[in-house]
Amino acid sequence: MKRFLIPLALFVVLVGFLAVGLNRDPREVPSPLVNKPAPAFTLEQLADPTKKFSPADLKGQVWMFNVWASWCVSCRQEHPLLVEFARARVAPLIGLDYKDTRTDGLRMLTMSGNPYDFSVFDADGRVGIDYGVYGVPETYVIDKAGVIRYKHIGPLTAQALEKTILPLINELKKS
Amino acid sequence: MRRLFAALLLLLACSAVWAKEAAPLAEDPAVEKRLMVISEELRCLVCQNESLAGSRADLAQDLRREVRNLIKAGKSDAEIKEFMVSRYGDFVLYRPPLKPTTWLLWIGPFVLLLAAVGGLIAYLRRRGRQVTDTPLSAEESLRAEALLKESDK
Repeated sequence: MKRFLIPLALFVVLVGFLAVGLNRDPREVPSPLVNKPAPAFTLEQLADPTKKFSPADLKGQVWMFNVWASWCVSCRQEHPLLVEFARARVAPLIGLDYKDTRTDGLRMLTMSGNPYDFSVFDADGRVGIDYGVYGVPETYVIDKAGVIRYKHIGPLTAQALEKTILPLINELKKS
Repeated sequence: MRRLFAALLLLLACSAVWAKEAAPLAEDPAVEKRLMVISEELRCLVCQNESLAGSRADLAQDLRREVRNLIKAGKSDAEIKEFMVSRYGDFVLYRPPLKPTTWLLWIGPFVLLLAAVGGLIAYLRRRGRQVTDTPLSAEESLRAEALLKESDK
């Protein structure tokens, strides 16, 4: 009996490791940027090149920063959630149109609705690199002091929005 | 043998990259050479099992451009790696740094090896105690001798 117990125990341990390991998303790399100040930049707005935006402009406010592009398929998937989020007016939502053209980006917003207060235009993806973007869409929650408090990689889900992001924003707004 | 294999592999990797990086290569061979060495050590985050040197992903191209600019700006290898790590985390490094969170990763295999060797030694000792040497009786040794002689013929 004892000689079967050891292999059985090893097997159970192995299954445990696999159960945890296989259920994790290998694409979700923990970002070193969380709890660090949001990288500074100054970019033109997508709709109006004469207007500029830097994250410092929103100091004192909790806001959400969403990286999107017209060529990005999963951005379409999360789009309705962003529209809903914008309608609730919980926090400013700023978009970063990543490696796109102005015409395509604007066309996408006219076609499927514009949830953003405004979007900034990052044609060559330099700002994306500073924010550690590697898979569009990505979403950041930035607090009043301009510190990144949360990063969501990939399309937003209703669950992530309700269970994590909205409570976090409400918490941050209080402080 | 292993060195030869590694050299061949490197040559293969280089040739593949040089083939598609032909245009920027013409710019400055010294920069491109350093870019190659550095980006071999960095992971492409889009296709995670490819190095930054070997990936065709858009982001990899952008990051190679960034690294190229950093090289031209006279940054050291350590500074360039720091640039990548501060944005994408230790995951971009193919050689993870030795620090408390990676101790298990670095030391784990040796711990397993030690445990296995310890287990083997304990098993052999226990077995050594169980198998006791019982000397042959006179009759048995006679029979054994007879059998051995027979097999000699």
